[in-house]
Amino acid sequence: MANVLTAAPHSEEDVLIEQMGYDDHFHEHHDGDKFQSSFITTYIFSQDHKMIAKQFLITGMFWGVIGGLMSLVFRLQLGFPEESLSWLKPVLGKWIEINAETGMGALSPDFYYALVTMHGTILVFFVLTAGLSGTFSNLLIPLQLGARDMASPLLNMMSYWFFFLAGLIMFISLFLNTGPFSGGWTAYPPLSALPQASTGSGAGMTLWLISLVFFVVSVLLGGINYITTVLNLRTKGMNMWRMPLTIWAFFVTAILGLLSFPVLASAFFLVMCDRGLGTSFFLNEIFIGGKALDHVGGSPVLYQHLFWFLGHPEVYIIILPAMGIVSEVLAVHSRKPVFGYKAMVFSILAIGFLSFIVWAHHMFMSGVNPFLANFFVVFTLIIAVPSAVKVFNWIATLFGGNIRFTAAVLFGIGFVSMFISGGLTGIFLGNSAIDIQMHDTYFVVAHFHIVMGVAAFFGMYAGVYHWFPKMYGRFMNETLGKLHFWGTIIGAYLIFWPMHYIGMAGVPRRYYRFDTFQTFSQFDDMNKFITIAAIITFGFQLIMIINFFYSIWYGKKVTDKNPWGATTLEWTTEVDPGHGNWAGKLPVVHRWAYDYGKDGVEFIPQTTPVKEGEKMEH
Amino acid sequence: MTDDTSFSRSKIHPKKFALLVSCASVVMLFAALTSAYVVRQAAGNWLEFPLPSVFWVSTITLIVSSFTLHFSYKSFLSGNAVVYRGLLLLSFLLGILFIYLQYKGWNALVDIGVELGTNPSGSFLYVLSALHAAHILGGLAALFIAILHAFILPYEVTEKRKLRFEMTQIYWHFVDLLWIYLIVFLWLQQQS
Repeated sequence: MANVLTAAPHSEEDVLIEQMGYDDHFHEHHDGDKFQSSFITTYIFSQDHKMIAKQFLITGMFWGVIGGLMSLVFRLQLGFPEESLSWLKPVLGKWIEINAETGMGALSPDFYYALVTMHGTILVFFVLTAGLSGTFSNLLIPLQLGARDMASPLLNMMSYWFFFLAGLIMFISLFLNTGPFSGGWTAYPPLSALPQASTGSGAGMTLWLISLVFFVVSVLLGGINYITTVLNLRTKGMNMWRMPLTIWAFFVTAILGLLSFPVLASAFFLVMCDRGLGTSFFLNEIFIGGKALDHVGGSPVLYQHLFWFLGHPEVYIIILPAMGIVSEVLAVHSRKPVFGYKAMVFSILAIGFLSFIVWAHHMFMSGVNPFLANFFVVFTLIIAVPSAVKVFNWIATLFGGNIRFTAAVLFGIGFVSMFISGGLTGIFLGNSAIDIQMHDTYFVVAHFHIVMGVAAFFGMYAGVYHWFPKMYGRFMNETLGKLHFWGTIIGAYLIFWPMHYIGMAGVPRRYYRFDTFQTFSQFDDMNKFITIAAIITFGFQLIMIINFFYSIWYGKKVTDKNPWGATTLEWTTEVDPGHGNWAGKLPVVHRWAYDYGKDGVEFIPQTTPVKEGEKMEH
Repeated sequence: MTDDTSFSRSKIHPKKFALLVSCASVVMLFAALTSAYVVRQAAGNWLEFPLPSVFWVSTITLIVSSFTLHFSYKSFLSGNAVVYRGLLLLSFLLGILFIYLQYKGWNALVDIGVELGTNPSGSFLYVLSALHAAHILGGLAALFIAILHAFILPYEVTEKRKLRFEMTQIYWHFVDLLWIYLIVFLWLQQQS
């Protein structure tokens, strides 16, 4: 740190910040940098937002691998139900049941459902919420706003460790004798509310609940910090309309999380009461083995309302950060200002608002009053409008641009492609009349995997390739990055495109095997194909992980502070910024974040003062 | 002001703002539970019972504690150290009394045959009041720290102590208002 402080300014921006920057006397108070004085405070219990971002990312990657491998195991079951899985016995133990006569090993049906449940929970919460929004909100909010750190570094650190604890508890639940929870990631009662309902409903569900309560705490602590930082700690000149779209997206994401996760927590409290204290919030007259249980008068649909009040905003909590990242990456690499900046901001806000009034479109099959369903249909279809505005603007941003086809921008373009394909099927499913036909088929699986699974992953990858130089001071390997991109986009379409067809043909989701149904046997080959595509696509993700860890230590070093020629503030810091981000004064912002190709200049950083007579966007 | 946020240029202190934001998430928690209450009540099979009157006594206790805390803060600012300490302690004791009265309220419910698992109408009352009591306990912890500051540290009005006191106060008024909302809500639902 000390040598950074005394380093002489060597670029135009440094001189600018030195001459015109805002002196907050930060370094006078932070002599010796108490935050990063030992190994433990630097790498483990770090309060520095950049390190916390890396912790979120790497933990998210760990869970991504676990969740991905789980999907491969149940895809093997779906694609090759006749093949022996006994080779998985050393890993899965008793969950591979060996037939004594034939010697065939088959995946236990209970564990099949446990795998599907865990795959959903892990990917939705641990990877695409914590790993995506946690990583990039932490990394970029202070850096792009010109703040020294988050409003409360301590709460920020606790946010990560609550997430870590949630993950640890979920991980332990995988090794229970009765297996992890197996009632689906939505945890509908009675499977979640009756400990005796299925093997995973006992200890597995208890750990699942505890884990997710910790996760809610983590999201809330993080969200409180993000909102406070965005509203209070922007540097001088950084008004809201000069914020990059990444920040707008993270900001609205944090608001959504803050308002919807407590509702999930309330549902969990009631489930806990039903499980342990004998209440009947969600349990109605239930008979087990001909004997009536004590529970009377509960409503399982009430749980669904509470769950989806979180559940729908949750998909935007996942996709909005990806949208923000993609907007930024597309603008930087096509060397053009984002098309329709204000329209982009307003559509983020509109999507955020609408996400709260569409939850019942997940419940058309739950006996919701069809009259009421109409309102939810209308609001759901209205979301197509801001989404279409965004897609139009991304394409218009790319159009006529001088695009540098880096791995980051390829993933950005891939995101737009996935979002269009997945979004269009959303218009089918948003109509209650069509949804009733499609709801329990693979069409839904294909829809949400493309639009919020794969698309969000593409946004995340775009962000990782783009900001890796800021995180580690090195580049990731571009060739491997492009290989990763082509493998993933082709592979993802090969997995999920056929699922639309088998879904429209009526193949139901959540089935363990189809061979007792004559009518579905025609799709056996399709299922094999999907499984093979999934295995290959997973293999391409390993390339990315190898590239990531190799590049941390051996990647090409970043020599220029601003390797992509971007306008935003994170590229005015040192290549490897210390705690407090800027060595001297804080930068002062004079213009919006997207002055690319203006007046014949390739890009003008936000710190550059406005020239006399220059026409300003914001 | 702690070091890590001393670089803020904004008018409202970021930590105070963060507290307000977290209050918003608590509001959502109770909004979810009370709307679940309404939905469940409309579905029928709903046991009607009178709200034990001790809950009204506890409500008054909590409102009084908010006033005592407010005047304690005023005295803190105006330099009246004795009143400041006394009223702060009184607010804390009233908070404890509130928890005790809630406990008496639960006993009164059991006495009229409304136990936790009897009917969702009773279960909701228990869950709402218990979750609220958990938030009161958090407030009591904050008040306890404020008392330690008041009695151990020499009397002195600094920016840092003002901020701490203000935040304690905001939270305490918030949980007070939350209970008023809950009791009025429960009362109105029973009238309908």
